[in-house]
Order: sequence, then structure tokens, then C-alpha cells
Amino acid sequence: MTQQNLVIVDTACANLSSVRFAFERLGVTPDVTADAARIAAADRVILPGVGTAQAAMRNLQRLELVETLQSLQQPVLGICLGMQLLTDWSAEGEVNCLGVIPAQTVRLQAGELPLPHMGWNTVSAVGDNPLLRNMDAEAWFYFVHSFAVAKDDSTIAQCRYGQEFAAMIRHKNYFGAQFHPERSGQAGAQLLKNFLELTDADTRA
Amino acid sequence: MLAKRIIPCLDVRNGEVVKGVQFRNHEVIGAIEPLAERYAQAGADELVFYDITASSDARVVDKSWVERIARLIDIPFTVAGGISSITQAQEILAMGADKISINSPALRDPNLINALVEEFGQQCIVIGIDSFYNAETNAYEVYQFTGDETRTQKTAWQTRDWLREVIARGAGEIVLNCMNQDGVRKGYDIEQLKMLRADCPVPLIASGGAGSMEHFEQVFKQADVDGALAASVFHKGMIEIKALKQSLQRAGIAIRPV
Repeated sequence: MTQQNLVIVDTACANLSSVRFAFERLGVTPDVTADAARIAAADRVILPGVGTAQAAMRNLQRLELVETLQSLQQPVLGICLGMQLLTDWSAEGEVNCLGVIPAQTVRLQAGELPLPHMGWNTVSAVGDNPLLRNMDAEAWFYFVHSFAVAKDDSTIAQCRYGQEFAAMIRHKNYFGAQFHPERSGQAGAQLLKNFLELTDADTRA
Repeated sequence: MLAKRIIPCLDVRNGEVVKGVQFRNHEVIGAIEPLAERYAQAGADELVFYDITASSDARVVDKSWVERIARLIDIPFTVAGGISSITQAQEILAMGADKISINSPALRDPNLINALVEEFGQQCIVIGIDSFYNAETNAYEVYQFTGDETRTQKTAWQTRDWLREVIARGAGEIVLNCMNQDGVRKGYDIEQLKMLRADCPVPLIASGGAGSMEHFEQVFKQADVDGALAASVFHKGMIEIKALKQSLQRAGIAIRPV
């Protein structure tokens, strides 16, 4: 794999190390930083996140990273809460998010099923999804969440738990995955590899 | 469809994996990393590491192995054992653990649950409950300090009440250790798990009693738990995870194939 400058935004959140280790297993050493200039200059940017949308947005504001993250041109991947932060708004704390993917985060309507939605579930691509290349049409990924992005035009993969929801979303160069590729075995590793191999054509759509 | 989870549990003491019978007489099984890696490759959906001496010794888990595991495996894992402060939880999570599981410290200070949930989010806070069926009183009683038999003691809590309490405080998942069944491989406590399932709106993991593949099928079908945790049947090679998953799939249970 070509060596490239991969930045993981240091949101000081809990899954940051496991995301870093997952890339290291692929032979890439990410730069974990909250420095706006280094984030802006990266070839690829990962926005990890667990916890609540409200706390995470407060944290990004404190770090003065909101504008930087909103104006990135390179491929960006938000993971779990990181994906939700890419949307316009989250019902978790009723907070405005980064607004780089036109979608909304709402409480998962799981009916009688336990919440959080926790464990391995199948994900299937909706339309063209360059991050799900080279894997089964129904791939298994590990989820942990109680809020989810409703299915809409930005959905590029779906999953079902009580209701269908967006497992992955995308707008231009911004991609989001609700599940944790860093903890999803071979399928997760393939997804991260696909992210590193995205071409300019892939991010222009 | 969300898969039912098969969760090997590695009891850790002094950096080695050990296993006791009914929480006692621990024997050494082996080093942590090779076992963890083997289970991840064999198709385990998740791993739990319990530092069984930690709570009783009033010290936190030896931390170095947490990061080694996080680097090595690509499935989620939980660390349990003596985590009794935000700072300790932060350290374990920062080293790459996906979830932390709290047992005795939550009984000592139930507010700890709220504080951890507030700080790290519900999704990574697991509450372990050690429940013992007292035949004399016909009641399920919560025990603490079960890692050390000289300090194991009954609490004032009945299991159902404590379950409701921890859920009200924001617990994201429950691991119910049925102490009467632990290590004796005669099957999960279906009756108790079924009863508590109705009171548990968060994921519920069965622990204690797995001895055969049928036991897993029973606990998923009859108690509708989200995951089944087991130790000795995996450590001793009595059940291969791949064969177990194939058998459960044939029985119509949603399983992530190996």
C-alpha cells in the first residue's frame, strides 16, 4: 500500500486507540492530532467518536476544529459517533453537528429489541459504495449505538435492527460508518483498506 | 439480522489466564495473547477479560496487557476488574478496550455507574452481576468480591432489584453470572435468565454453566439472551467455536458465520 499521510482527529474519545491499531495492522502509521493545520494537510482524515453527540460537538468547538473539519477536500471517514457528527443535526442532545452530509441523526426505533443495538449485524450496499468493494454482498460488522441516521439520499449502506437505518452515509468526499470497522474482523480491515485506496474519481460523486 | 454473540471469557490473574470451579480453586490455563488471538481467529464475536483478583485486592488491573490485546485482535473486548474511578476507566479505554465491566465497585458506590455513563457513554459501560440462588430462601442474591473466596460476601441486594437499579443508572449491558452454575458445565440458569430478561431492556449476556453445544442453543432459544459467555469449555477444547456456530446456525439461531 502506498504510504500516505493519514490523520486521526484526536477527539480524546474512547475508541481512538483501537482505530489507530487497526490502521497499524494494515501497515499504516496514522498521525493522531487535534492540530488544525495537520488535519487540513492530511491525505486522509478519520473522525472517530464514541459517547454523546452533544459532548463531542462541545469538544470539537473547544478544540476549534469545526471550520477545519467542514472545509476538508480529501477523503474523510467518520466512525460511529464520528459519522453522526458529519450530519446536520443529532437528536442526542438536540445539537447541530458539522453539517457536511445532509442527513439527520435520530433515536433508533427498535421496538421491543434491546438498546443499545450491540453486536454483529449484516450491512448491504445501497448504490455505488467504494468502501464495500471486495467483500460479500452482506458483510458482517460490529455495531454499538442507540442513535442512528435515518435512511435518505445520502445512504450508501443499510442495516436492519427493528427498523432499517443508514449503516453508511456519504456526501462528496465525506463518508460515515455507523459500525466499528476497527473491531469488525476481516470485513472491517477491508473497509479501512478501501478507504486508503479511494481514488479522486471515488470522492467526486 | 443481529447475531447472537459467542463470548469466551478469560479470567486473568497475574497476567495469566486462569479458571476456577464455582469461582474457586483457580488453575492456570496459559498466557493471555495467544489465547485471545486464537479465539478471535476461531470466530469468537467478542472477548471478556476479568482480572479476578483486582476487586478483592483493592488494586486496578495490570494495564500493560490491555494495550497488547487491543493491538493484536480485531474484535471487540471488555475489561473487568477493580475499575472503581473515572480515571481508571479512562486509562483502560484509552489503551483500546471497547467496554469496561464494573461489578463490586458499583455495589459499593452505585453513583459510579452514573458517573461512568455520563463520561464515556452508555455503550461502553457493562455491569457484571454475580447472582446466587439461595434454595433456603428461594431468592436470587447478589454477591460481591467473588474473585477471592475468602472475601466473597452476600450483599443486601436481590438480583432483580439490583438489575433494575443499574439499568435505571444507565448500564449499557448486563453480564449475569449465575454462581450456582459456574464452572460445573450443567447448563445455563435458563429459569433465572428468562425471568430477568423481562426486566432487562439492554443487552443481556448469560454467564455460568456452559457444558455442551445444546446449552448454548437452549439459552438463546429459551432465555432470549443476546450473548452467551463461557470459559472452561473453550479453554479445555471441549467445544470448538466454529463447530458451535455451525450447530447454532443449523438450529436456526442468528449467528455470524466463521
